[in-house]
Amino acid sequence: MSVPVYGYVALSGLLFLIGAIGVLVRRNVLVILMCVELMLNAANLALLAFGSAHQSLDGQVTVLMVMAVAAAEVAVGLALIVTLFRHQGATDVDEVSLLKG
Amino acid sequence: MLQYAWLVLVFPLAGVLINAFFGYRLGRRACGALATVAVALSFLWGVGILAGLLNLPAEAREVHLALWDWIVAADLHVGLSLLVDPLSVVMLLVVTGVGALIHLYSNGYMREDPDYARFFTYLNLFIVGMLLLVLADNFLLLYLGWEAVGLCSYLLIGFWYQKKSAADAGKKAFIVNRVGDFGFALGIMLIFATFGTLGFREVFERAPVTLQAGGAVATAITLLLFTGAIGKSAQIPLYVWLPDAMEGPTPVSALIHAATMVTAGVYMVARTHVLFALAPVSSAVVAAIGTLTAIYAATIALVQTDIKRVLAYSTISQLGYMFLAVGVGAYAAGIFHLTTHAFFKALLFLGAGSVIHALGGEQDMRRMGGLFSKLRVTGITFVVAWLAISGIPPLSGFFSKDEILAAAYHSGNVPLWLIGLITAGLTAFYMSRAVFLTFFGDSRVSHEAAHHLHESPPTMTVPLAVLAVLAAIAGLGASAFNGFLEPVFEGAHAAEAGGLPEAALIALSVLAAVVGIALAWLMYQRRAIAPERIGARVPSLHRLLYNAYYVDYGYQRLVVRPLHALAQWLARSFDLGVIDGIVNGVPALVSGMSRRLRGWQSGYVRRYALSLVFGVVIVTTVALVMVRTI
Repeated sequence: MSVPVYGYVALSGLLFLIGAIGVLVRRNVLVILMCVELMLNAANLALLAFGSAHQSLDGQVTVLMVMAVAAAEVAVGLALIVTLFRHQGATDVDEVSLLKG
Repeated sequence: MLQYAWLVLVFPLAGVLINAFFGYRLGRRACGALATVAVALSFLWGVGILAGLLNLPAEAREVHLALWDWIVAADLHVGLSLLVDPLSVVMLLVVTGVGALIHLYSNGYMREDPDYARFFTYLNLFIVGMLLLVLADNFLLLYLGWEAVGLCSYLLIGFWYQKKSAADAGKKAFIVNRVGDFGFALGIMLIFATFGTLGFREVFERAPVTLQAGGAVATAITLLLFTGAIGKSAQIPLYVWLPDAMEGPTPVSALIHAATMVTAGVYMVARTHVLFALAPVSSAVVAAIGTLTAIYAATIALVQTDIKRVLAYSTISQLGYMFLAVGVGAYAAGIFHLTTHAFFKALLFLGAGSVIHALGGEQDMRRMGGLFSKLRVTGITFVVAWLAISGIPPLSGFFSKDEILAAAYHSGNVPLWLIGLITAGLTAFYMSRAVFLTFFGDSRVSHEAAHHLHESPPTMTVPLAVLAVLAAIAGLGASAFNGFLEPVFEGAHAAEAGGLPEAALIALSVLAAVVGIALAWLMYQRRAIAPERIGARVPSLHRLLYNAYYVDYGYQRLVVRPLHALAQWLARSFDLGVIDGIVNGVPALVSGMSRRLRGWQSGYVRRYALSLVFGVVIVTTVALVMVRTI
């Protein structure tokens, strides 16, 4: 017995929503970054589900690609966070509002 | 030799640079000597060029020297190129010869001025500009020299800029010249538009083909060029700057405002005679304005009391003669009068300068008199110049003036000749008046001035003596002079003789001179007719002449004041209201609008993220709806 494709898509949508809400409501940069990762993986899940439903490899290929980009993004993001922490001793994004008009 | 003609420019230019940067460090004597030697070397080099030119056959005496390209842009090619032909060499020798003498004279005259280096720098710069003007081989280079001498004229009129009248006179000269130069510039542009080139040779070669004789274009070009000449050579109606230019040091008046710069207009008309030959209307205008100016300025000179102003109006009048000559096609006669005038008018100015110097700055002839015995050299040389300008044979002025009057008569324009003849009488009268008031009769010199009375130093008297010799004998070279200039003006022959015989014309012009002198002698020497009584009988005429027909007053009323009022209005209302309004309004508008947009930039990351999410939701919804509908 196999899970129908809408189950994966629903889970993916739920994960994406959690991630998006996390990005919107949390103030800790680290958590925001993790939420972004969550959103990426939600998208990955949807891609895999559609890929297997259509018997196509394209979905898996794209997921591998997204994972590679995500790894790079995390490296850069973490470096930014470290710099930010050194610079102002906090990881609260609301502290970083120099671009306020 | 001829290909090194450009060296005449280099000597005074070196003088300018050295005196501008090291003049005060060199000291007074070295600075003046350097400037004088620079011009003298130019003169000697000019003599060499003359010799080189005379070695060539007469028809080959036209050497074009292209030194390098000055402006190259699309169709416009302007070279820094010189033209060496009899006309430019004559001008070159007059400028550097008289220039060198006046430089020498300045060594004495400016002996006590603290600003000697500035003076000699300007004076040398003037020589550079003037040489550029007369040697130029295209209209633009001529214009460059034209403006350079205008600048030097401005700088030297206002040399004693601490004096308000001098600074104002400098400005007046510059601004009035702007009017003429504007026309000149338009003329040059029209030439370029018509011929596609500015080179003299090309323009003059193509002119008879391109331009229709007597056509509108030819007339427009020549009239515009003549507008420039009116400004520079102080003709009606733009002559008003020249009398005021006497605020400058006297050597400047002699060099720039009598001998050389003011004759540039005559030179320019003579240089472009090919064009004027194609525009008989313009030539007639030139002759008419010249004649009118000649008699007009002569009548003003009758009653002036400032010796330099008499000479200034006399210069305007004599320039009118030269334009009369070139207007009736007697170009060689015009240039010949230009040359002799340079000698005797420079001499008159330098003599006047010597008198002013001796009297400690006095310029009013009513406080002179009886100076002949005290200032021997000045007196004798001044008398020579007086007889020369009056047209007494065999002095130079007689020959050149007679040539012009004869040419005017033979051109068939008897009224012009008659006015010229009357002007000759007036000239003799006012110059005699100046001589009698200054050098003869009883001394009216103030006690103080009489105490200091002394003949000028040799640096001043030597140039006087040299110029006196030239003013006396230059007329004897008339036929050689005309023969030398002949190839330049070929095809521009004045009409042949007819009517009164030559001898009668000569007799009439001598008669006019003698009558003028005799009348002045009766009035100012013998006092047989008291000039005051004549003045008292027609007081309004006297006032009219003394105030130069109130032309300055009229210009002040009709031109200067309305323009001034307009400028005031522009400054107060338009500039403050409209210009500043626009300048301040634009940023106010931008900042007002941006103040409203500023709220969007909260600086909170989640605010940005939220708008991102909203955006995605909207875009996705729209996309889905559209997919559905298709």
